[in-house]
This record gives sequence, C-alpha cells and structure tokens, in this order.
Amino acid sequence: MSTTTIAAAPVGAADMPGARRRRWASALPYLQALPLWLVLGVFLLIPIATIVAVSFWDDQEYALVPTFILDNYRDALGSHVTWSTYVSTLRYAAIVWAATLGIGFTVAYFLSFHVRSTLWQMVLFQLCAIPFLTSNVIRMISWIPFLGRNGLLNRSLMAVGITDHPLEFLLFSPFAVVLAFVHLYTLFMVVPIFNTMMRIDRALVEAARDAGAGPVAVLRHVIVPLSLPGIAIGTIFVVTLVMGDFVTVQMMSGGQSASVGLMMKNQISLLQYPSAAAQAVVLLITVLLMVWAILRVVDIRKEL
Amino acid sequence: MEKSGPRHWALAAFFALFVLFLYGPTVTIVILSFQGPDGGLTFPMRGFSLHWFANLFQPQMVGDFGGSFERSLALAMIVMGLTVLISLGAGLAFRRRFFGATALFYLTIAGLIVPSILISLGIGLMFNVAGIPPNWWSSALGAHLTWTLPFGVLIMFAVFNRFDHSLEEAAQDLGASPWQVFRHVVLPLIAPSLVGVALFGFSLSYDEFSRTIMAAGSDNTLPLEIFAMTTNVTTPVLYALGSLTTAFSLGLVVLVLVLVLGMRRRRRAAAG
Repeated sequence: MSTTTIAAAPVGAADMPGARRRRWASALPYLQALPLWLVLGVFLLIPIATIVAVSFWDDQEYALVPTFILDNYRDALGSHVTWSTYVSTLRYAAIVWAATLGIGFTVAYFLSFHVRSTLWQMVLFQLCAIPFLTSNVIRMISWIPFLGRNGLLNRSLMAVGITDHPLEFLLFSPFAVVLAFVHLYTLFMVVPIFNTMMRIDRALVEAARDAGAGPVAVLRHVIVPLSLPGIAIGTIFVVTLVMGDFVTVQMMSGGQSASVGLMMKNQISLLQYPSAAAQAVVLLITVLLMVWAILRVVDIRKEL
Repeated sequence: MEKSGPRHWALAAFFALFVLFLYGPTVTIVILSFQGPDGGLTFPMRGFSLHWFANLFQPQMVGDFGGSFERSLALAMIVMGLTVLISLGAGLAFRRRFFGATALFYLTIAGLIVPSILISLGIGLMFNVAGIPPNWWSSALGAHLTWTLPFGVLIMFAVFNRFDHSLEEAAQDLGASPWQVFRHVVLPLIAPSLVGVALFGFSLSYDEFSRTIMAAGSDNTLPLEIFAMTTNVTTPVLYALGSLTTAFSLGLVVLVLVLVLGMRRRRRAAAG
C-alpha cells in the first residue's frame, strides 16, 4: 500500500522518473531484509545443516571423516542411556512447565486485572522482566547461600525445629535444578501471558459478571480461554529452554542428574562430534515436534 | 478492576513473594560479597569488608577477569549496534509484502526455538569443518546475533503494528521524500523502541553463556570465565564478581529507562 503512495507522491519526485522510482521502491524491502537473511543464513541455517551432515560422518582418532554412516543414530537411539536421559529431561520439562505456568499465570493475572493504575502496571511488569537482562550463571550461583549445607534454608529449618541436621538434598539435587529453572524461566511465561491479558476486552469480563458469573467462572470461561495464545507462547519458550539446557542441570545438580543437553556436552568435550551431532538432530526433531503439537492445540497467529 | 477484597490481597501477597523469589538470592550474594577476609560462601557474616572486591582486582586473581570483561564489553557493543541496524532494516522491510517474507519470519523465530546448544555446536562444527579457528569476534558474534536478532525483530514488529501510517502520509502529502519521511517522522517516533532494542542486544550478549560455550575459541567471555570460576573458586570473590557484573547490567537498565522517559517527556513538551 505504501509503495503506491510513495510512487504517487507528486512533489519532490520530480528529479526521479516514475518507473525508476517504483523499481527502487519495490527492491527496497529486499535490501532492508538482506542483512537479517545473511546473518541467520550463515549462523543458523548453515550450522544446522553442518550438524545434520556431521551426524552421518565418522570420527577416527579425533578427526572428522566425511562419509555416510548410520552408526551415530544407531548408537544414539539404541542406547538405554539416551532413553532414560530423555525421560529425565522430559520430566524436568513437565514439572518446570507446570510450575512456571501456575506462577506466571497468577502474576500476569494480578498485574493485568488487579493493578488499576497503568503506571504501576508498567513499573511492576518491568520489575518482573528486568532479571532477564542479568546473567543466568550468576542467578544460579546466588542460590548457594540459600540451599547450601550451611545455607539460610537449612539454618531456619533447624532453628524452627523441623529438622535437627542439615538437609543434604537442597543444593546439588533435582530439587535445586527445578528451583533454578523456575527462577530463571518464569518470566518467559509472565511476559507473553501478560501481553495477551492486556488485550482482553474488559467489556467481556463486565458482561460475564453482569450475567451472574462469579470470579472463578469469569476466570475459567473468559480469561483463561482468551489467554491461551500467551500461555502457548510461554509454554514454547519454557519447554524448548528446558529441553536444550545443559548448564542449569550441570551446575545445580552437581553432576548428579542427566539431561539431553548435558549428555551432548559431555560427548562434545570428548570430541565425539558425530555422536553429539546425531543427538543434536534427535533433540531438534523432538523440540520441533513439541512446538508443532503446541501450535496444533492453540492458534497463536493473532499474537504475531 | 476488582475492589480490594481478600482475593485481591492474596494475589498481591503472591506477587510480593514472587518478586522476593526473583530478587532475594541476588540481594543475598551482594550482602555476602562484603564478607570479612575470613568469611565463607554462606552466612554468618564474619566481619564486613571490601576484601573480596579488592581481591578481584589483584593481578594474581584466578582466571582472566579483566581480559574477559573487555572482550564481553566489546562483543556486546558490536552485537548491540548490529542488532539495532539489522532489526530496524528487517522491521521496515516487513511493513511491505516481499517474496520470502514468511520464510524469513519463521527463520527468525527459529533462532529463539532451536536449543542454544545446537547453535553453539553447529557454529563450532562449521568453523571446524571450514578450518577457521573460532573467535569471540567471529563465531561467538554470530552465535549471539541468532539470540538477539529475534528479540530485536519482534520488538520492531510490535512497534510497526501500532504505528500510525497517517503521520507518514501527511509528510508525503507535504512533499517529503521517502528519506525525509524516514528521518524526520518515522525515526523520531520509533527512537525509544530502538533504544530498547539496543538494551536487549547489549544485555543478552553481555550475559550470554550457552550459545557461546563452543563458539568462543580460546579466549573466554565474562560469563564463560565466571562459569569456570564456579568449579574452582570457593571464596566470596565469586560473589563480588557476580555483584559487580549484576550492578553493571542493572545500571544499564536504569540508564536506558531514564533515557527513554526523557525522550518521551521531550516529545510531549515539543507537542504541547
């Protein structure tokens, strides 16, 4: 639309013939999008293509041998370790998803329906979003004083008399992994759900209330259904982040827990690139299938 | 919307607990970084000193804190500049229809969804196969851009979706050239959002870890250095470093908020 308006602009266009100007205007979007194409092509498409290629290669004495073998996939899919690691990673994803959804939805609901001043809404929303711009590694380290053997939690539990010896399971355990995940990723739920909720027509809520719906019924039949796109986007973020994670599991479980990402990272540090590449392809397919399944259930196109 | 009943206060209390959960641990390590020289990684505080901060700047400090900070800073600046320019270009392009727009959009989203370890491994392998040594300013730069650009492009999307076209049309009707429309109408209106994109580009790069790990080459960035420290440093010097770099990130956020609010106020003053 704006193409025609630019071409039709009468004044100031005098020095450029109409046809040339139109051709320039229609080429412009391609030039503007070219850098994005280049960066994503070189640093996203080609690397993934490289992973797919290397997953069929062989390695001999730490050198990559280009060939076409299926051994890497046979090893990856035939190994009991792979399957149990997937089960443990999927369990993390499910628990973290449920926790971040519960917390994220409640926080977003409070912000959008219970905070009345727009200024306060924005201030409190920023307060939830700012930790995203700080370091994940440091946010994980910051749990040590809480969860450590002599940490705050153990001291308080012992002071209250709930336990008489420090609980060992707090740090370096699956519990710590889940806690850190929830700590790091809840804002990936809060932000999209809040965005969707802010767009819900308040008249619908009023109408439901006038029709006699109580707060719970309004939530169940109006707000939750209309928030689904935001929930879906948050779910995609949280699930893909947990599925591909290696650093949180490594740091917070102290090496006692497994995840697909960590398994790959260990193969990489042993320079077993073809095996790691095959695992990477399996992980990518798993994640894409999960995203596809989420998009089958919820239509998020309105959000984009 | 709702009057203050018990439900309202329960939700407010939940929110307060959530904020405490978000910030509490960070506040704790800031306090603990002021431990006395004999203090450990957990409470109690054994005195109160700047010992661990001083320790950080001594040359025999574990690792290469100074060098990795300089590299991370330089990399974050480059990523910030490129993210702003490339996102702005793509945002402008997506306002029109062009061949391949949908594919490019999905590719951008893929940058968010593809697990970081794949990006890291893929870029590492690509450099390996091509026989080029990875480096922070080449492979790590590319890895960071796959993470910052989707955010930048999505922010530009949101901005241009709400953009009032009549302003541009008015300028065109008054005889402005496309460049003048961009320079004097579009750019001033989207400037606060561009500052936001810059903040995202800088911060996400400065703190990026999982995409960098196999793409940084021989010289560590700061997050990689801190991660390495977690396995062999058992003194509050770790917290001192964490406090400093978090303060740096938060300082930047505050600076940007002040900048954006100032821009808005100036525009409102100019309009009124």
